[in-house]
Order: sequence, then C-alpha cells, then structure tokens
Amino acid sequence: MIRAFLAALLLAIVTPALAQPGSAPTIPQSVLIQPGELAAALKSGPKPVILQVGFKIMYDEAHIPGALYAGPAGKDDGIAALKMAAASIDKGNQVVIYCGCCPWEHCPNVAAAWRTLKELGFTQLKVLYIANNFGADWVEKGFPVVKG
Amino acid sequence: MDGRLKAGHDMNMKTALFAALICLALPASAAPLPSGTVAPQFTRTGLDGRQVSLPRGKLVLLDFWASWCAPCIVELPHLAALKKRHSDRLEIIGIAMDDSKAAAVDALKRFPVNYPVAMGDAALGKLYGGILGLPEITLIGRDGKVIKSWRGDFRADALDAAIETALRR
Repeated sequence: MIRAFLAALLLAIVTPALAQPGSAPTIPQSVLIQPGELAAALKSGPKPVILQVGFKIMYDEAHIPGALYAGPAGKDDGIAALKMAAASIDKGNQVVIYCGCCPWEHCPNVAAAWRTLKELGFTQLKVLYIANNFGADWVEKGFPVVKG
Repeated sequence: MDGRLKAGHDMNMKTALFAALICLALPASAAPLPSGTVAPQFTRTGLDGRQVSLPRGKLVLLDFWASWCAPCIVELPHLAALKKRHSDRLEIIGIAMDDSKAAAVDALKRFPVNYPVAMGDAALGKLYGGILGLPEITLIGRDGKVIKSWRGDFRADALDAAIETALRR
C-alpha cells in the first residue's frame, strides 16, 4: 500500500517534469480517431497523411504503412522536424498524427504535435488515440504495420 | 527475350513485388516474448564503458526504459531496491531506448541505479519481440527462458511476487 502510494507520488512529481505543458488527455475527444477507424480508413478511400511524432527508435522498429517520421514532438528539435514535414503538406489535407510510446496519459509527444499543427492552420487534423502503446493497441490488434 | 517470355517475366516480377509489398504491410508480431522462449543473447557496451551481456544461469530482470517515459522513471528506484534486496541472486540490466545516450545518462544522474545500463536500439528491440511501448520488463529464469514479461504501467507487486516465486524454485 505504502509502495503504491510512493510510486503514485513519484509519478505525479515526474510526469510534469517530463511532459510538455498540456498532456494528451487535453486533446479534445472530437479530434481523436480510434485505431479501428484508422485501420478501416486505410483500406479504402483517400488515405490521410500519417505522421509518427514519437521516438525514432520505435518508428524504426515498426510503424503504420506510409507514416512519415516527424518527431519527437515533445522536444524542440522534434517540433522543428514536425514543422519541416508539415511545410510540404496541404493544410486542407487529412492528417493523422500518432505516437504510442507509452500509456496515453503519459505521452510527451502527441499533445505538443497537435497544438503545433493546429497553430499552423491544419483543418483536417486527427490524433490517433493509443490507450496503452503502439504494440498493444495497433500491432497486436492485427492492424497493418511496416517494420523499419 | 521474346515478347511472350518478357510478358511472363514482367508478370512474375510484378507478382513478386506485389507479394513483397503485401508481406511488408501484413501485421507483424510485436508482443513481448512468450513465457518459455529462450531469451536472445546480446552484448552491448554499457553507459559506463563496460561490456554488458545477458547473464546465463542466473535470474535476470531485463528492463527496457527511456528517459522520456514517466512510468519507466518511476520504476527505477524500485528496481534499484530489488537489486539491493536480492543482491547476487538477481541480475538486473537496464536497456535505455532513448534516441540519444545523453538523455539516458542525464536521467540516471537524477535517478541513479545499481545495475548495468546499456543503450538499446531497433535491432535489440526486434530481438525481444518488438519494443513498441514502454516500460517493458522481462523476467528471465536461470534456464535462460522467459518467465514473464510486462509492458505498460509499472506494477511493483506483480513483479515482486514473480521474482520471489522464481527465487524459490
């Protein structure tokens, strides 16, 4: 019991220090797209531009087919990379961003990426809601993935 | 190559390319290694410059973590406490999945540990089933086989119980 309390206390202290102001749970529900919805959208119709805004090491292991790497959005150089990637995307295009590094409420990247692209004027922007991590919520669900 | 052979050759090439693209797009397995799997051997250079290899014949806890992962940082003091408690009966190896060594080193200055830590990469991640979410902890028995893996939010009680059970074997 005490250990659980101390772990929760440490998490409460550590999380703000690690995350940008405005965490993933601050992203409006209306902007979120569920993994099943995105997987269905990838099967037919016009494909959205997909940006992985998390960590390169995980992008290199596996990512959604067609996803471009543009992160990590939780860091200044990652935001710069995101802006560079966004510069060549039409602001009216459907764009989906995702991370999936860790549980949603702890993700240091998606909220910063969403804010950045919103401020740049993207009007068809969605954020892939990954509750636990990319492995559990996308790959293990059998959705398409590309290694490397 | 006459026209018919070339047409057939082109069709075979297109079919092969299509098959390759399908294979790339097929779901890839990315679950933690199942219990009973022989844990893949590896050797890395630790952050302190010394070689770090997966020990054999010992109970090993392999911790994939990163400086940007809040639940990972929370677990570090607990893992250090486990190492202190169990001493030589439990080996712990930390694998930092940060994109840069500097970030991992900085995190360990703030949350020091008493076991070796080495940098991970996509290759090592794939060796262990695909590290596509952190934290991920793998408990490996003295026989070199995976006892259990955990991915996601850290559960100290479950980990402690599994270690105690493994040590009693």
